[in-house]
Amino acid sequence: MIQLDHIERVFQVGDQKVHALHDVGLKVERGEYLSIMGPSGSGKSTLLNIIGLLDRPSDGQYFLDDKDVSLLTEKEQAKTRREKIGFVFQFFHLVPRLTAAENVELPLVLAGMMPGERKQKVSEVLQAMGIGDRMHHRPEQLSGGQRQRVAIARATIMQPTVILADEPTGNLDRASGKEVVEILERLVDNGLTLVVVTHDPELGQRAKRQIKMVDGSIVSDTLRSV
Amino acid sequence: MRITDTLKFSLSTFRGSPARTFLMLLAMSIGVTSVVALTALGEGARRYVTDEFSSLGTSLLIVIPGRTETTGGSPSLFIGETPRDLTLDDARALLRYSSIRQVAPLNIGSAPVSWKQREREAPVIGTTAEFLTIRHWEMAQGSFLPAGDPESAGSVCVIGQNIRNELFGASSALGEWIRIGDRRFRVIGVLQSAGRSIGIDSQDLVIIPVASAQALFNTSSLFRIFVEAKDRDELSRVEALVIKTIKERHQGEEDITVVSQNAVLATFDKIFRALTLTVAGIASVSLAVAGVLIMNVMLVSVSQRTPEIGLLKALGAPDRQILVLFLTEAAMLSLFGALIGLILGELGIWVMILLYPSFPLTAPIWAVVSAVSVALLTGLVFGALPARRAAKLEPVQALSRR
Ligand SMILES: Nc1ncnc2c1ncn2[C@@H]1O[C@H](COP(=O)(O)OP(=O)(O)OP(=O)(O)O)[C@@H](O)[C@H]1O
Ligand SMILES: [Mg+2]
Repeated sequence: MIQLDHIERVFQVGDQKVHALHDVGLKVERGEYLSIMGPSGSGKSTLLNIIGLLDRPSDGQYFLDDKDVSLLTEKEQAKTRREKIGFVFQFFHLVPRLTAAENVELPLVLAGMMPGERKQKVSEVLQAMGIGDRMHHRPEQLSGGQRQRVAIARATIMQPTVILADEPTGNLDRASGKEVVEILERLVDNGLTLVVVTHDPELGQRAKRQIKMVDGSIVSDTLRSV
Repeated sequence: MRITDTLKFSLSTFRGSPARTFLMLLAMSIGVTSVVALTALGEGARRYVTDEFSSLGTSLLIVIPGRTETTGGSPSLFIGETPRDLTLDDARALLRYSSIRQVAPLNIGSAPVSWKQREREAPVIGTTAEFLTIRHWEMAQGSFLPAGDPESAGSVCVIGQNIRNELFGASSALGEWIRIGDRRFRVIGVLQSAGRSIGIDSQDLVIIPVASAQALFNTSSLFRIFVEAKDRDELSRVEALVIKTIKERHQGEEDITVVSQNAVLATFDKIFRALTLTVAGIASVSLAVAGVLIMNVMLVSVSQRTPEIGLLKALGAPDRQILVLFLTEAAMLSLFGALIGLILGELGIWVMILLYPSFPLTAPIWAVVSAVSVALLTGLVFGALPARRAAKLEPVQALSRR
């Protein structure tokens, strides 16, 4: 489903070139649970952004569902993000002036869905995340764990095939981090593909497939022994 | 994204930053208010003046010596011929037509006017009895110049209110002898201080028989001849008649200009229209200022909302959608601002009407429509730069907290 071949990503900083990714090849099948670990600056976020079509590789090829994404227009890429990919960020990235429900509704609004249909879905998803009673609260009125659950609800409401999570627990305490991880893992049980970037080895080791990156390259790709 | 959702999203951004929204609405509404109120003033002035002129009667023709039109390369220019003077006989010649109701010759000059120790310089006009009705003047005291032979130089005069007050103060003016230049005249009337007179202020005038004025200023020519037609609809025919008659009397030389009240009216109308447009133009500078403010505030808004823009892109909003969102925001701001401005402007006009009921004040429709559309256009034009900047943001950069 996701196939990366010889991906390079070079940033130009002044007159210096920063090689964030070097010859990365990766194949992820539908329904896989993958964690990416590695030291800071090893290119984990960069890789995730490329998978999520937020960034383009400098070189190499990326096939998503057997389609070469470099051939897609900006508009088609946006549509792909909207329909196939859900993002979960370390800093939640909720819109502060909107309520939890409105934040979750945002992807549906962007997709042009009718309001009646939207309300129904939003409340279902928020119930499923266990924050149905916080629907009309704004982000500042929610705890970190609740905010991340709102963000996950938003990432899943379009029923994407992949969830990309960059340090989803990085800003949470242990307990609420654990809750968030359990919610994400439930998504895998329902057939979604999950890619988690993390610094936390305990969290990383929960994934079936673990990838380690160093200096922009994948140095190990192991399956968890059951 | 549906239109209603786009509008709702913009509204939510206004709620998110009420102070900023208020500032932009204020700027835009001030611009629209000033356009609406100032054009109403200009338009009011125009209507006031044209109304005044119409009240003078539109069946009036004014004969002026000399041609004011440039007849490029006319032979008379090369010969260097000076136009012949208008004379009392010219004026009298016009009287024989049945389509002309009355004629008043006019001479004008300035002379020291004195009674006992008091003296002042005053404009003196020489005319005949007909001038009173032609100009629609009224008498406060006594009577106007007596009707009769314009050639007879009677020693009587009519004075305006200001002259009366300055020379006579509390004492009575009627029947008194005053000195004008080196001659003496008896005051037989005082003009009513009617405001309805454009061009000359009747209050400062001294009026004497035309023949006396010619003697006083030592001239045989006239300054103007006022001709009143019987029928307003025949004005152009009368005009041709006047030109033809005087041309015949001037050895076939067409050396006069005939101005109709309508032409004067049209000129004033044009002048005031231009004035209104100028004022509107100046006022719309404030709209441009509002536009620049909108641009600035929106640029700040784009940089403050960078993470949000990145998020929208990550959620699958194409560049175009972001552009539309920000343009909608700018358009809504300027439209709301314009509406508030309209209301304030109309309110201001209403207050002015309360204060000056006789002044005809309404904002012209074209000004209202163009103020609102210019406001909208300004918002869109100045909103375009921030909107484009937002649309072009790289999602990764926008999302990273730097
Ligand atoms: N926009 C950019 N411009 C220049 N250099 C960049 C940019 N984004 C990332 N880099 C560089 O690319 C490298 C990889 O960055 P990346 O953010 O992918 O690391 P990371 O593994 O996610 O690190 P962390 O664990 O700290 O989040 C780093 O050296 C970083 O400095
Ligand atoms: Mg990172």
